Amino acid sequence: MSWTRKHLLGLQDLSRDEIQLILDTAEPCKEIFTRPIKKLPTLRGRVMVNLFYEPSTRTRTSFELAGKWMSVDVINISTNLSSVAKGESLKDTAKTIEALGADFVVIRHYAAGSAKLLAETVQVSVINAGDGAHEHPTQALLDLFTIRDKKGSIEGLHVAIVGDILHSRVARSNIWGLTKMGAKVTVIGPPTLIPQEIEQMGAEVSYDLDEVIPHVDVINMLRIQKERQVAGLFPSLREYSVLYGLNRRRLDQARDDVLVIHPGPTNLGVEITSEVAEDPRASIDEQVTNGVAVRMAVLYLLSGGKDIP
Amino acid sequence: MSLLIKGGRVIDPAGGIDAPADILIEGGQIIGVGTDLPAAKEELPAQGLVVVPGFIDLHVHLREPGYEYKETIASGTRAAARGGFTSVVCMPNTNPPVDNKAVVEFILAEGARNGAVRVYPIGAITKGRRGEELTEMADLAAAGVVAFSDDGNTIMNAVVMRRALEYGKMLDLPLSVHCEDVNLAGQGLMNEGRTSTLLGLPGQTRAAENVIIARDVELARLTGGRVHFAHVSTKEGVELVRRAKKLGLRVSAEATPHHLTLTDELVATYDPNTKVSPPLRTREDVEALRAGLLDGTIDCVATDHAPHSRDDKEVEYSHAAWGMVGLETAWPVIYTHLVLTGCLSLIQAIDLFTRKPAELFNLPGGRIAAGQPADLVLFDPKKNQRVTEELLVGKSKNSPFIGQELQGWPVYTIVGGQARWVDEIGR
Repeated sequence: MSWTRKHLLGLQDLSRDEIQLILDTAEPCKEIFTRPIKKLPTLRGRVMVNLFYEPSTRTRTSFELAGKWMSVDVINISTNLSSVAKGESLKDTAKTIEALGADFVVIRHYAAGSAKLLAETVQVSVINAGDGAHEHPTQALLDLFTIRDKKGSIEGLHVAIVGDILHSRVARSNIWGLTKMGAKVTVIGPPTLIPQEIEQMGAEVSYDLDEVIPHVDVINMLRIQKERQVAGLFPSLREYSVLYGLNRRRLDQARDDVLVIHPGPTNLGVEITSEVAEDPRASIDEQVTNGVAVRMAVLYLLSGGKDIP
Repeated sequence: MSLLIKGGRVIDPAGGIDAPADILIEGGQIIGVGTDLPAAKEELPAQGLVVVPGFIDLHVHLREPGYEYKETIASGTRAAARGGFTSVVCMPNTNPPVDNKAVVEFILAEGARNGAVRVYPIGAITKGRRGEELTEMADLAAAGVVAFSDDGNTIMNAVVMRRALEYGKMLDLPLSVHCEDVNLAGQGLMNEGRTSTLLGLPGQTRAAENVIIARDVELARLTGGRVHFAHVSTKEGVELVRRAKKLGLRVSAEATPHHLTLTDELVATYDPNTKVSPPLRTREDVEALRAGLLDGTIDCVATDHAPHSRDDKEVEYSHAAWGMVGLETAWPVIYTHLVLTGCLSLIQAIDLFTRKPAELFNLPGGRIAAGQPADLVLFDPKKNQRVTEELLVGKSKNSPFIGQELQGWPVYTIVGGQARWVDEIGR
């Protein structure tokens, strides 16, 4: 298996072997965390631009660090400080970045399809760091990496994804990735936050977390945004938390070896209590570490590299 | 100046004609149709071509005044002539909108001055198309509007819609309605369903269209007013119109070439040229619309020709302007996808572009007979061409059909006896 793609736009397009390759490549990358000097010369002289149209701390920092540890020169552009705020279009911004000689553009954008538009506009490698409610491939890859690390294998596992599935790119990328790797996925949330015909992606649907929780190997809790309540999609955060929040009582209904993950940032006390977030069965902090390793692997593969020294 | 169109196959659904015949034109009118007509000053050989009444489009956007960078009356009517249309009815969502006599007069004057085909304006139902106060509908009618519409702005206040239908009765002009409940539609960018879920694009439920069709059927029943449903796109919408017609209500409906042939799966490309309102629906809806054409529930084909510049379209899907051009490709799309596949007979398809729209909005033309205006189109049933930007002659190129191979292209369009589109050397 060798890597041939120029861009990473989503997991829908990737084969099981390609996902496997990224996860395998991320293993030695993670090992770098234990080294006293965490910098590899592998991608010296390459330039990566983080182009973020939405606020993000975790994903942006993670890409930045992944780049730096591979010796990539990293530039961050956040749109409220750039000429985008003066009305520059995505196409123009992209052309400018290309003209500056970038090798990678990491894009986070509130509009679905933006990463694809960018990839069609420039000759640079494009990495989708989240486009609207469409995909967030590196988040799903780090979730897969974490699950594989904790469970040994993904094949045959039952994974619950809980929360606002409708607006979640993390859910979509996870469904593609998990089902390709042979897991069974159940999405859980109030009917107003479950998109139409999500079953067609290969996921089962439930509105009842208590019914599903005893049967799953992994619980992936999504962040609930307060704006969704204002938009009338559910009556209150209190009721949401009562029905879909992960607390001690619910966790006790789950298997002893259940794995709890969350893409962050958490709304403690809403979708997850701090007690659960700190439980040994939760790997929320380790997900952050794994995120850097997975993103190093992605940069490495997209630049056509051979060996991690 | 006289002209003899010689040797073509003449099809006129209004007169029940489908035969080889010649057509003699003089002074902008048809003088005779037959086989042994006297010679004329000019002769147009039409062997191998089909000669039909000029097409009539009840739904176009010419963008003038206000958005001349997208289209003008001159460029939009050139696109019409290229597509075989000899009359177009233009929507009032200009700037300023067509909510007063002066704008009606401007459009009619500019159409007469620089239009390649006949232009008939639609007047706004409410001032500023804001859905609040009625326009001076009688004044607009006297100035020459052929229907009323607030176009993309559905009148959300049902009382205002009721008053418009009641008041409009004394003018006996139809109200063309775009059916979209703005609350249900929300931020939706495409049909809500499997594809919107996969793409993560906000979906727009079909119910947004259906509830307004249902409401306006009830208001037609209440008032006895004339409602013309613009670009029906859902199977439920077709069923609602079908039932209303069975009840004898004064309703009519149009469908667009794109809703008759394309589905929301095409949006998977994120190509902004697939973004249109109402959105592309599913295969089931396409089938229901076609069945509606066959049983007369859908009265005619209209393009909703909606030109947008590159800068309005080459952006993120959510930012892209709504709409697609359609005048140049409408007939070849229907001919290729509905006639050649056996879904419609040739004479049925022509009827949907000629007699029926003429009757609905009470427009001249739509038939071939002595005394009628010489508005004709000659199309080549064998002519096969791939749609390219160059082939679209309006100002904007936002067509989802670019790249498709289509057949049956118009080669000669005649308006009032004058050639307004000639494809290639004399043909």
